[in-house]
Amino acid sequence: MKKGKSALALVAVAAVLASSLVGCKSAPTTSSTAPASSSTPAPAAEGKVLNIWVWNNEFQSRFNDFFPEVKEVAKDLSTTTLKDGTIVKWTINANQGMNYQNKLDAALMSQESTEADKKIDIFLFEADYALKYVNSDFTLDVKKDIGLTDSDLANQYKYTQDITTSKSGALKGVSWQATPGLYVYRRSIAQSVLGTDDPDKVQEQLSTWDKFNSVAATMKDKGYKMLSGYDDSYRVFSNNVSAGWVNGTTVTVDPSIMKWVTQTKDFTDKGYNNKTTLWADGWTKDQQPGSKVFGVFYSTWGINFTLEGNSLAKSVSEGGSEVKGNGIYGDWAVCPGPQNWYWGGTWIAGCKGTDNKTLVKAVMKDLTCDQTIMTNITKKTQDYTNNKAAMDALANSDFKSDFLGGQNHIKLFAAAAPKIDMSKAGPYDQGCNESFQTAFHDYFNGTVTLDKAKANFTTDIKQKYPELTDVKWPA
Amino acid sequence: MKTPNAVPQAKKKRISYAKWGYIFLLPFTIVFIFFQLVPLVSTIYYSFFKYYRSGLQIIGPIFNGFTNYVDLFKSDMFRYFGNTILLWVIGFIPQILISLLLAAWFTNSRLNLHGLRFFKTVIYLPNLIMASAFAMLFFALFSDIGPVNGSLMNLGITHSQIRFLATVGGVRGLIAFMNFLMWFGNTTILLMAAILGIDPSLYEAAEIDGASSNQMFWSITIPLIKPIMAFVLITSLIGGLQMYDVPQVLTNGTGAPDNTSMTVLMFLNNNMYSKNFGTAGAISTVLFIICAILCLIIYRSMTKTDSMEEKAHKRRHA
Repeated sequence: MKKGKSALALVAVAAVLASSLVGCKSAPTTSSTAPASSSTPAPAAEGKVLNIWVWNNEFQSRFNDFFPEVKEVAKDLSTTTLKDGTIVKWTINANQGMNYQNKLDAALMSQESTEADKKIDIFLFEADYALKYVNSDFTLDVKKDIGLTDSDLANQYKYTQDITTSKSGALKGVSWQATPGLYVYRRSIAQSVLGTDDPDKVQEQLSTWDKFNSVAATMKDKGYKMLSGYDDSYRVFSNNVSAGWVNGTTVTVDPSIMKWVTQTKDFTDKGYNNKTTLWADGWTKDQQPGSKVFGVFYSTWGINFTLEGNSLAKSVSEGGSEVKGNGIYGDWAVCPGPQNWYWGGTWIAGCKGTDNKTLVKAVMKDLTCDQTIMTNITKKTQDYTNNKAAMDALANSDFKSDFLGGQNHIKLFAAAAPKIDMSKAGPYDQGCNESFQTAFHDYFNGTVTLDKAKANFTTDIKQKYPELTDVKWPA
Repeated sequence: MKTPNAVPQAKKKRISYAKWGYIFLLPFTIVFIFFQLVPLVSTIYYSFFKYYRSGLQIIGPIFNGFTNYVDLFKSDMFRYFGNTILLWVIGFIPQILISLLLAAWFTNSRLNLHGLRFFKTVIYLPNLIMASAFAMLFFALFSDIGPVNGSLMNLGITHSQIRFLATVGGVRGLIAFMNFLMWFGNTTILLMAAILGIDPSLYEAAEIDGASSNQMFWSITIPLIKPIMAFVLITSLIGGLQMYDVPQVLTNGTGAPDNTSMTVLMFLNNNMYSKNFGTAGAISTVLFIICAILCLIIYRSMTKTDSMEEKAHKRRHA
């Protein structure tokens, strides 16, 4: 009886998920107005189905809106038809808790025995586990196998190529976005507490962690919180480590990450945050009208993909519009904050065994190398795209964001992007980051001691990755 | 031609009855062998191997004897087992008490309660909601900024948020409360059936002898519904050992805080998730043995009383 019930529950949950996915965005059925690039449509010899694996609808909407060959998008968004009749099939599996990786791995392992039209042609991966796929045989060499040239790729930020370069020197994936992170703060709170809302002057007061901490104390005195919760500053510290998470079979916890533990415990005990966790309802609420939280660490995509929607009093789906006066739209500004950092990033990889190489090349070329398309993406979505020339042009133009109170945030991103260093990224990052944050939430909540939290992380990480043998902590 | 044939035909007919018996048994046997026995045996088989996935590589299977078991006994498994039992007990005790009370009231003809059908339906309703949805609902209700905290603060009962999901008592309490809510209706109906099955003349006789309601409950009702109580206990224990969906969804699979609500099945699931078939196999095997032992103990204790009664019966007749 119990078993039957849980199976039923599973089906129902799946149905709910599926329907919520469908309801995400209405289909832009018109083909893109962006000019077609030099790439030619796939010749007839290629497969008629292009299978793309991804974990959310971000790339899907970029593809549907900006890939010049798109002819029609299915109502339920599950497929996209191209002008030459090729059907693009989307397979979307949620990312959290290694779900996407597990499903993708299972599919990749049976890739060889699968029939041609069901083989994965393109899959996407993010920074936290990029190396796992970059150093595997499942990703095609962008230059040798797919055929993009150095001049095609010249305008991309170097770090976006460094991370996807395999041990043997082959480029295995390309991205349409660069993801430098900044500190996004509320102008009105800055005005009342710090006496100014000017991004340069605010940055002066937040330029080091010591200054950041003292501003946090001032905020507390005036009845505000510096951050929403525990995980907000995590990425800023975890991006500034001196070595990667795993070396051989040993996990090494970096002193910089322990600084996050110290700071967050301190903030929690002193009441500088609201004790929320990343993506929780309380965390989202702290970005909504009426919030007393000064700011949040976000990278490029977070501002347009998440924060903008959160800050409206009347959401777009309820008929509200994205203008100043609707909630706290326009009351935001960005500054670099205490340290350089990045968060996320999505790469496109051609999958070994694909029968659509020409089309894969066209997708990569149009969506990651074409300057006109890149500029369009940034202008229409405010996303920060992976094209130095296009971004520098926008940075030096009069481009401004109404959401950020008229600030040209592209300028700050353009300054921060070249400083991104992804050389410490490794294949175990998603598991390590998730386990580490979970283990230390208990410590911040006061349920366990520091040593117990450390022990819990050790147990958990070994369970996630049986091949890892021990964990080294900084002295 | 006809006469010699008649005898074998009659014989055939007699055999064919048995044949049909086997044919009817066949579907179950085939399904059982392929979907239960083979996985069961292979689970035990792989528990003696080092067998997991590292990135995109499959490591093993390499035979490593009892290493998985030794590692398992060194791990926190018994703590998770303790969690599971504790979560079951703190949910089961109020469940059986409330169910017993309600069953006694509902079946008491002297109380003559109105709207019995309505109440019977209502208390059964929570069981119709799937556990995961129920847990999601509680997750939202009891979050730091959820409606429960909101109402408590508006009523002036607390001044600051109660962080239910960040405290051991809060999480365990909520899990137990959910299990209680989901299953007390079911138990009540089972116990009512048991009580209604008792011969009314016993109560009439007791009443004539001047017994109080209390005396009747403890001396007639309770002893006579013991077999059903045992049934409720066993099914609930088996369900309790398999506790998974409610704590998994409520804590997002972390068993937070500090793994205090991590159940054995969540532990198993974590290992399955990292494709560690060796360790997962070992956990399953240990769980299988523990379940078997518990079932044996309960079975023995039940048959023991039966055989004692039988002996007493025989003695009386001797």
